Formats: sequence, structure tokens, C-alpha cells
Amino acid sequence: MCRCPRARLRREEASLEGTGVVIAFWSLAALTVGAALMVILVRNLLHAVLFLILSFVGVAGLYITLSADFVAVVQVLIYAGAIAVLMIFAVMLTPRASRDNAEGLLQVPALVLAGFVVAGVTFVVLETDWRLASRGSFDSTATAIGEALLSPFVLPFEIASVLLVAAMVGAIVLVREE
Amino acid sequence: MIELLLAARVELEQVLIVGGVLFAIGLYVALAKRNAVAVLMGIELMLNAVNLTLIAFSRFIESPRPLDGHVFAIFVITVAAAEASVALALVVAIYRHRDTIDVDRINLLRW
Repeated sequence: MCRCPRARLRREEASLEGTGVVIAFWSLAALTVGAALMVILVRNLLHAVLFLILSFVGVAGLYITLSADFVAVVQVLIYAGAIAVLMIFAVMLTPRASRDNAEGLLQVPALVLAGFVVAGVTFVVLETDWRLASRGSFDSTATAIGEALLSPFVLPFEIASVLLVAAMVGAIVLVREE
Repeated sequence: MIELLLAARVELEQVLIVGGVLFAIGLYVALAKRNAVAVLMGIELMLNAVNLTLIAFSRFIESPRPLDGHVFAIFVITVAAAEASVALALVVAIYRHRDTIDVDRINLLRW
């Protein structure tokens, strides 16, 4: 928490204000976390995939409240579109495998570890002095992201395209019938 | 902390806590589930949580190049797509050979 009044004032100016935005943020957060919890709780694997898609859409909405419009569109296209279809295909292509969504041998250690992660992240976030967190929202991001991808990040951009080609060829080779 | 959660504005802390909870749920799914597709779903949830924190830092922290967080998120999404396609192809290949995708029973290389 920040203790100095001037930085505090600047932070309050930079935060998401207005009842509508705050209500939208908390309902989208509840939707995202609730759908992720249903991924754990639901017993049918196909229903779990559908709840995962709902969670992805909720994250896209959270991006919009954080004024990241381009990333929100990318999230809907790639996660809620492509990756969701891939997962449904993988479930459908394994018909004789079990369709239940049961826990394996590591349930208790996983629960303990997840609890530690939540406790640790919450503690660190609440104890840190975020006095730098004072910038306002973006106007529009798509142009600036396009320029950033083609001038400072051009090498990772090209490597990402090579990675996608390698992944596509690898996936085809892995599932090809002899 | 209650005062922080009920404040009529959203600041960096609240977004980071949402991201942490989402990451923990993904971690639990990836470690505890028995079906290999469910394990992949947990990994995707964790990547989503990391992207959410990247976007939140990009929105709230002052920096000379504030949109780098968005570019990082786009690269993470790209790598996640590549990872998902290869991993789901692996799941289908394992199913062809062993008729199961239960990660507790894929134990050819046991100790």
C-alpha cells in the first residue's frame, strides 16, 4: 500500500473509476474465476472445455476494461476460437478414453500448492508500494502495437512465424497415419 | 483488505489478485487432473492469468514504452497456440498407441 498522499492522489486519478466500469470489472472477474472453478468441478470433460471457453471470453472482457482492445480481439480469435476448437477436436478424437474429469494421484499436493500461490500472491500484492502505478488508460492500441511489432520486436516476430510453421509441421507429422 | 476490495475503483492490486487466483486454479487443474486434455486446459488457464497480469501492469505502470506488455501478451498467445497444437497432437498419438490418455497410466518410463 502507498503511504504518501501525493502519489496516492495520482494513483486514484489513474484507476478505473465510474460505477459502470467497476461493476463490469467485478462481474467479468467473477465470470472468469467462476468458469475456471467449474472446469475443476464439472464431471464431463466436454462440459469442462465449454466452461474453459467461457473463462477465455471473460478474460477478453477484462482486457477491454483494462483498455487493451487489440489484445482482447486477439484473445477472442485465438483462444476462444482456435484453441477451443483444437481441444474439442482432441476430446472427440479419443473416443474410447474416459470422458470423466476426475482427479489423479496428486490432488492434495496440488491443492496445497495452489493455496500457497494464492496466499503468496495476495500477500506480496497487498504489501508492495505501487507508487509507479499511476498512468491513465490508452486511447487506442492497435497502431502502436503494429509499429512496435515491426520496429523493436521484428526479430521475435519473425521467430514466432517460424515457430508456428514448425508447430504445424510437427502436429501433422505426429498424427499422420503411417 | 476489505476496504481495498470494496473500493469503488479498480486499481492494480485487484487485477493482480484476480490473476493470481486464476493462475492457482490453472495450476491445480494442470497438476491434479487425470485426463491429458484437462492438464492442457490447466496450462492454458495459467497462460491466461499471466497475460492478464501483463496487461494490468501495462495499463497501470508508468514507463517510456507502455505498450510492450501488450506485445508480450501477443507473443504469449502465439506460443500458447503452437504449444496447444503440438500437445494435442501428442495426446492423439499417445491414444493411438496405448488406448488411454490417463496421465496416471502413461507410465512406460516409470522409476
